[in-house]
Amino acid sequence: MTSGSIVGVDVGGTFTDLFYFDEAAGRFQTAKVPSNRGDEAVGFLEGLKTFGPVANLSSIVHGTTVGTNALLERKGARIGLITTQGFRDVLEMRRRDRKHTWGLWGDFVPVVDRDLRLEVNERTLADGTVRTALDPDEVREAARHLLTRGAEALAIVFVNAYANPQNELKALAAAAEVWPNGNVACSAQILPEIREFERTSTTALNAYLQPVVGSYLAKLDDALRSEGFTGPFHIVQSNGGVMSTATARRLPVRTALSGPAAGVIAAAAIAKAAGFPDVITGDLGGTSFDVSIVVDGETSLAAQTTIDFGLVIRTPMIEITTIGAGGGSIAHVDAGGLLQVGPESAGSRPGPVAYGQGNTRPTLTDANVVLGRINAERPIGGKLQRLDVEAARAAIARHVGEPLGLDPMSAAEAIVRVANAKMAGAIRLVSIERGHDPGRFAAVPFGGGGALHVGALIKDVGLKAALVPRYPGVTSALGCVIADIRHDQVQTVNLMLDGLDAPALDRRMTEEAMAARQVVETAGLSVERIDVLFELDMHYLGQTHTVSVPLPLTAGPEGTGLTEAVARDAFERAYQTSFSRLLPGVPVKIVNLRTAAVGRRPHFDLHALAPGRDASVEAARLGTRPVWFDGAWHEATIYARLDLPVGAVIRGPAILEQTDATTVVDPDLTARVDDLGNVIVERAAR
Amino acid sequence: MTAIDPVTLAVLKGRLEQIADEMDATLYRSAFNPIIAEARDACHGLYHAETGATLVQGTKGLPIFVGAMAFAVKAVIDKVARDGGLEPGDTFLFNDPYDGGTHLNDFRLVRPIFRDGELFCWLASVGHWLDIGGNVPGGFNARATESFQEGVRIPPVKLFTKGVMNPDIVAILQANSRVPMSNFGDLNGQLNALDLGERRLRQLLDEVGDATVAAAFDAFSERAEALMRTAIAALPDGTYSFEDYLDNDGITDERLTIALDLTVAGDRMTLDFSRSSKPCAGPLNIAYSTAAACCYVALKHVFTDVPANAGCLRPITFVIPETTLLGVKAPKPVGGYTETILRVIGVVFGALAKADPARATAAPFGTINALSLAGHRADGSRWVMFSFFGGGLGGNPETDGLNHANNPISMATIPPAEILEAAYPVMFTQWALRPDSAGMGAHRGGFGAVYEVEALTDADVFLLGERGRFAPFGVAGGGSGALNRFVWHENGEERTPPMASKIADLKIRAGERVRLETPGGGGWGDPRERPPAEVARDVRLGFVAAEAAARDYGVVVSQDGHVDEAGTAALRKGVAA
Repeated sequence: MTSGSIVGVDVGGTFTDLFYFDEAAGRFQTAKVPSNRGDEAVGFLEGLKTFGPVANLSSIVHGTTVGTNALLERKGARIGLITTQGFRDVLEMRRRDRKHTWGLWGDFVPVVDRDLRLEVNERTLADGTVRTALDPDEVREAARHLLTRGAEALAIVFVNAYANPQNELKALAAAAEVWPNGNVACSAQILPEIREFERTSTTALNAYLQPVVGSYLAKLDDALRSEGFTGPFHIVQSNGGVMSTATARRLPVRTALSGPAAGVIAAAAIAKAAGFPDVITGDLGGTSFDVSIVVDGETSLAAQTTIDFGLVIRTPMIEITTIGAGGGSIAHVDAGGLLQVGPESAGSRPGPVAYGQGNTRPTLTDANVVLGRINAERPIGGKLQRLDVEAARAAIARHVGEPLGLDPMSAAEAIVRVANAKMAGAIRLVSIERGHDPGRFAAVPFGGGGALHVGALIKDVGLKAALVPRYPGVTSALGCVIADIRHDQVQTVNLMLDGLDAPALDRRMTEEAMAARQVVETAGLSVERIDVLFELDMHYLGQTHTVSVPLPLTAGPEGTGLTEAVARDAFERAYQTSFSRLLPGVPVKIVNLRTAAVGRRPHFDLHALAPGRDASVEAARLGTRPVWFDGAWHEATIYARLDLPVGAVIRGPAILEQTDATTVVDPDLTARVDDLGNVIVERAAR
Repeated sequence: MTAIDPVTLAVLKGRLEQIADEMDATLYRSAFNPIIAEARDACHGLYHAETGATLVQGTKGLPIFVGAMAFAVKAVIDKVARDGGLEPGDTFLFNDPYDGGTHLNDFRLVRPIFRDGELFCWLASVGHWLDIGGNVPGGFNARATESFQEGVRIPPVKLFTKGVMNPDIVAILQANSRVPMSNFGDLNGQLNALDLGERRLRQLLDEVGDATVAAAFDAFSERAEALMRTAIAALPDGTYSFEDYLDNDGITDERLTIALDLTVAGDRMTLDFSRSSKPCAGPLNIAYSTAAACCYVALKHVFTDVPANAGCLRPITFVIPETTLLGVKAPKPVGGYTETILRVIGVVFGALAKADPARATAAPFGTINALSLAGHRADGSRWVMFSFFGGGLGGNPETDGLNHANNPISMATIPPAEILEAAYPVMFTQWALRPDSAGMGAHRGGFGAVYEVEALTDADVFLLGERGRFAPFGVAGGGSGALNRFVWHENGEERTPPMASKIADLKIRAGERVRLETPGGGGWGDPRERPPAEVARDVRLGFVAAEAAARDYGVVVSQDGHVDEAGTAALRKGVAA
């Protein structure tokens, strides 16, 4: 086991958050420094240096939004695509969808222009038979042509390559001979799974990100080495696991949700340690509210995500549901007289009216300021001296109060109520709609704003409680430190369950397991053990959707122990959970084999974060101020949250302040500090 | 009526829409047939107790159903008025296209929700079942001259009485389909959706009170009506006429006219289709409710801010006589209804473009191209590949039309070629965008597609499509998209169907191919106002031929794909003069 110091670094749009942990001493430190957009290495190093010489650190784990931003802003590399004769437009044709149910306007520009998508004569059939063999010269010529057109990365995607990658691998070898850099990959390496659009999109987006993420990581790596850092430098992937920078440079598409995934991982770990294995995490940012469900301590993974219309990434990712309601969301009354909050947002610049940076339309944050929930004298982030409450109130009166015939305070409360309803809707979506009883779940807000709204979420959705981590602002950085190492693989197999050749599938599983293990083993971070998990995507013949079927098996020296009966039993169990009714007599098909290797990191004892013994409620008390709840002013007690001792019980109305978050305790709720330093907000005992 | 405050109203809107959305999601996930599971050919909502008017719709339901469901619930209300005997726990089932349906494949389930012994509202579910008998597997019989050749027709019947299912009805349904298990799975999926919707609605009613929710229903309708009236009032008064054509009815090769006289008078609008062709012999007819529903779809696509409930139809008057092909009664065949409603939607766009060019959308590709290939595998088992294909949307004031999109009546995605090849003995030799298919314009249309498929066994081929003779129109000076084309080869010679885009008896041998080339969308605005750089880009990308760039757009594009400024200036000047 390495004993030394590990640092988690989460680079966001505005701030870089760092979490330092000395594993031997059980000592931690946090830091927050401004991000340097475009030259993130500066803020990154500056942050690291707050913990002493960089050379003394033993490992660094990084959550990044460089990939996400490159996708959202369409700032990836110029890339080329080589594909099967007749199929060069797959990327642009998508799955024949459109952006909105209602309204036919809008177009779509793919990440590879049509003149950089070249076809070669080759064909494999669905059963894996090569019908037309590949001529490597044709590929070399196509690759050379793309190079002259300025392509920096190359994706090769052939139809049915999931069933037999032979032609693709030949093409890859030929292209590699003439390609001047390592940015060349074929779809069988990235996603050997059926569905040509999803596979092409994922492979192309990987190429699109490769030069960007590659040069970003190289730059960071150089900067770290020049400071004398010699340890492993790792990246958080969208599945919430950690990978080596070498893997990240090969599979940059797996970093698309790196930052948010780290936050969910940490929130899940904190909540589990606090005795809340079932939670719904909520990250309220400037423009959106991101929720994710954790059941029995396990995050839930989605097989694919759509970054933007037509930009599909198919690789396991922590399932995050996003709605357009954030602190910067603008409130307005529409032509039909209905109050709306978002999705239009003032973002962080110009930001809310109260920031005095030029916006005149009221936002959710303005409503929280006017209601006294946010302290106007001590704005979060520390950039502004104070917030302009009067301007916020005037904007609310003009844009919401007057059209609805409400006084400004009622209008501000209405904005918060509508925003709360939207957040509650997102929580219902991931809980009730998936068959989970919300009464079993606690909300875990992280990021800056979520803790302002926990009371309403408890009451509107019927949640058990809310758990505000001790350092909500650095949750993602903490997640970097505690995340396991993980590598996911998928392979389409298309096998009928009846009469399954179990030994053949077993051999395949063992091979997949060995390959996945190897990636984890070579990552270089200390792990306690490596678990291999298998899942099959299965359905009744004729269905198109599959159910994920976890297999109660793992890879051992004697194989996995797979039999037809084991697979059938697991399928029926999973199908029944989803749809209650089995369909006896209908043949069952195994579509995909999914393999994950997970390197379990040494246990992180969250007691390290708890407040010291000298803390006391009296010392934490800052005074009182009027805060508006349910149509009236209440005199709320204000506390310095980090100074509250373990076991403190605070009755609402109260406000708990810390530099990067504000927790609101409604009059009918109670907050207590648990032995890890978390604040638990619950209904007051009557 | 209980007054309702605006904040509660905003909150309830989200809660109720979420219930309908969740009903949709439940059916998508548990449905057995890909037309529901993948293509989302389904819809759910809450409907008014007395009128059946739409109160709340899901945000993802199939657009054409969103318009049609109110008529479906009304059909059940009429039956109850006629026959009596409505009780808690009842659920009605039907597919009658002439009484609140669309075509026979679309099965409706309608369930009353009682509160304290009084009918509070209705819940309903509709989904497209794979096969309900008839001459052609999967429906879409281009040769049908009577409903009886299209499948089995079920009037509103009680599937559940006081919570107990009548298994005889299920047995009748099973006996009349080529795929009884698939239909049974879908029926159960729809029941799951209704059960869930009922549970959620009852929770909400218990939580906030029946009176408050009822007041919210009224307020939603009033709000939709107010928004629609405002939108109509913004249009200049007058009558705007537009006509478009269907190729033929599949029986006789004569064009069919869809004619609309759209009149705006203050905040009211009349849609008069009286000048349209009379009912036809083939399956291109539709019933009144379907015609009204697709007008609603067209208006929703133009006035996107107006909420999806019946209030928005209050300011609209429909004139859809029984003497036209848009208001037929049983047993006139309606299996090709998709083609007719797409044309109706197009003429609404065309007439509105005249009223307000700022909201003008050129014609979308306008055909679903229901293509099926069927044959027998080497082991003797039967295979049927059935799918709908995409095309280009119309140019509009904001953007070019979207390439390879779904139709305005649906949000259906297309199955990937690899899924089709894995399931059926076929091999696609082309799956591509179709160059030169987009209508020219300052904002050109989206491009259609080319699908070429080789059968790996002998196969029978069926196609029900349109736009083989009359192209998607442009607006505000834009040009037309390309015509739909379906071709195959016999003895080395290219052949096309005598009925342009409809054929029911084509046989091809293993190793032979058929090729479908779908229309692009119409263009918006004067093509000579399109920025030369964008025209050059289209040429560089191989979408527009250099000659077409010069001829249609007045832009000279050099060999290397750049704008020849001097040549363009001269050409555009010359063209303009």
